[in-house]
Amino acid sequence: MKLQEYQSKQIFSKFGITIPRGNVAATASEAKQVAEELGGRVVIKSQVLVGGRGKAGGIRLAKSPKEAEEMATQILGMEIKGLPVRKVLVDEAANIQKEIYLGITNDRSTRKPVMMASAAGGVDIEEVAQTSPEKIIKVHIDPLLGLRDYQARDIAVSIDLPREFWRSFLDTARGLWKAYTQCDATLAEINPLVITADHRLIALDGKMVLDDNALFRHPELGDMRDIDSEAAAEIEARKYGLSYIKLEGEIGCMVNGAGLAMATMDIIKLFGGEPANFLDIGGGASSEKVAAALRIILSDPNVKVVLFNIFGGITRCDEVARGILAAMTEVKARVPMVVRLVGTNAEEGLRLLSDAKMITAETLADASQKAVAAAKGA
Amino acid sequence: MSILVNKKTRLIVQGITGHEGYFHSQQMLAYNTNLVAGVTPGKGGEWVLEGKVPVFDSMKLAVEATGANTSVIFVPARFAADAMFEAADAGIGLIVTITEGVPVQDMMRVRSYLDQKNVRLVGPNCPGLLTPGETKVGIIPGNIALPGSIGVVSRSGTLTYEVLYALKQIGLGASTCVGIGGDPVNGTSFIDVLEMFEDDPKTEKVVLIGEIGGTDEEKAAEFIANSMSKPVVSFIAGQTAPPGKRMGHAGAIIEGGSGTAEDKVQALQAAGVQVARHPEEIPQLLR
Repeated sequence: MKLQEYQSKQIFSKFGITIPRGNVAATASEAKQVAEELGGRVVIKSQVLVGGRGKAGGIRLAKSPKEAEEMATQILGMEIKGLPVRKVLVDEAANIQKEIYLGITNDRSTRKPVMMASAAGGVDIEEVAQTSPEKIIKVHIDPLLGLRDYQARDIAVSIDLPREFWRSFLDTARGLWKAYTQCDATLAEINPLVITADHRLIALDGKMVLDDNALFRHPELGDMRDIDSEAAAEIEARKYGLSYIKLEGEIGCMVNGAGLAMATMDIIKLFGGEPANFLDIGGGASSEKVAAALRIILSDPNVKVVLFNIFGGITRCDEVARGILAAMTEVKARVPMVVRLVGTNAEEGLRLLSDAKMITAETLADASQKAVAAAKGA
Repeated sequence: MSILVNKKTRLIVQGITGHEGYFHSQQMLAYNTNLVAGVTPGKGGEWVLEGKVPVFDSMKLAVEATGANTSVIFVPARFAADAMFEAADAGIGLIVTITEGVPVQDMMRVRSYLDQKNVRLVGPNCPGLLTPGETKVGIIPGNIALPGSIGVVSRSGTLTYEVLYALKQIGLGASTCVGIGGDPVNGTSFIDVLEMFEDDPKTEKVVLIGEIGGTDEEKAAEFIANSMSKPVVSFIAGQTAPPGKRMGHAGAIIEGGSGTAEDKVQALQAAGVQVARHPEEIPQLLR
């Protein structure tokens, strides 16, 4: 789960990182008021969960409260990469002398957190990482020991940070480590961390991504979820404990297990079709869950056929079949359905479905070919 | 022979009185797994599963009383890290964590601790292990696999069942099937398991089932090219997965252009691995 810039920076501030004075505003008049309180030049920043806000015109510099109001009006009416701007952050403008990158993320390959820093901050750090990886300093952190001060000092030296800023850099690095661990983040990033003309180190922009699996420890952070950036069907699916991702094709898929669901999408493509979605109903699928899944799949107008691929291991096929039947009484099926049930109680499941006018298949290849044919015939 | 689990496995189920733990304990007993004890704090002294299995309040007590060497964890995600620390501190050598949804920072701490203690972890978010005809530790249905000479290692659950089932249809069986799990930080990697299969006299060929996300398959490809004499057949799920989206498994995500199915397939093919276009092709490639 991604946090907005203003949310991330508020968290950073709580852990001792210096952020610009500023406040978030949902209307132009609120933005004007914040600008008046701050005095001087301000930056109006759209709060949307996509990159490239600046290029899209979603970040503007205002010289007066009146100008701040005008720009906030424009930005609050914008859509950036399809997302409506509902809030702007109004920050005091900084007089920037140098831009640094500082971030912590999980390094999958070493199974440890890694702190990354670069003197070439401000620009797209992924581009720097690709074109000149030597400009990014990486320090792995023992998850049981935490960030040591010497590690943060080593980073300061490696990015040629002038000594006068070491103390505040250490505070920033420690604060970022605390924010990362105490919020169960998978990414906590300051880009840019700037040196200002008045010799301060300030986190001008902030980004945090939280571990969805750890939100049970942080209900207050879970409430910050931005639902604009997610498809309505994906939000609905989460309510039922389903994992659903909408795609562009015409063959709806309902599968038990994430790996098998991906493999089912792949084989549809292999036989000349396009999957409409990824959907994992998980283990022990109840009829309520199956019904919700079917409703979500059919809410996509592109869907021309639904393919059920269930491998009964622990999940019993007869139970899933009952779920499908219950779902069909509730959700009017407007498209053909292809069903493949294999494993535990598959025969019983298929017998239950025999009156339901569904296309049945034995193998995965057979099922996907039948689904592709049905989609083309529709 | 087999790897990791066999007839000598003496197993404790952590979370034996929970819904999942209880059900799968029944299944494991029915497969003749040597299930010696269960642990549920607060339920010590009870006997479950028709009086066959004693329950203890802690891992320490359970290990002292039974001499168990392996544990399988079914406790909810929020308690899973503690359960793994407890098992390691009680002297268990192999921990298998079935639980899905363990926070990734918990897993980094667990992994770091277990490495220091030299304890092997399989999982989390995995179906566990099955040595057909001998023992099962976890949730892989016993009836879908025959004993045989194919080593199977996978990041997925049901997709693995699919492959075991397809092998069975043509009379092929598995030496051991290892589900390493779908999380970004886990205990046992492809390479760890490939190394064991290479050394296992009973395993003649290996099936590796990977998916998008991370670079574990690429590392496996390097290992296969440099250190394996046994043939390996593979399937990689997620060729049609969009970038930036988590495909059900916490670890199944293409990030910053890295972790694509295409890269993995290419790396494996370059290492001489035959990569199936879909799971049902695997048995043909093994003939």
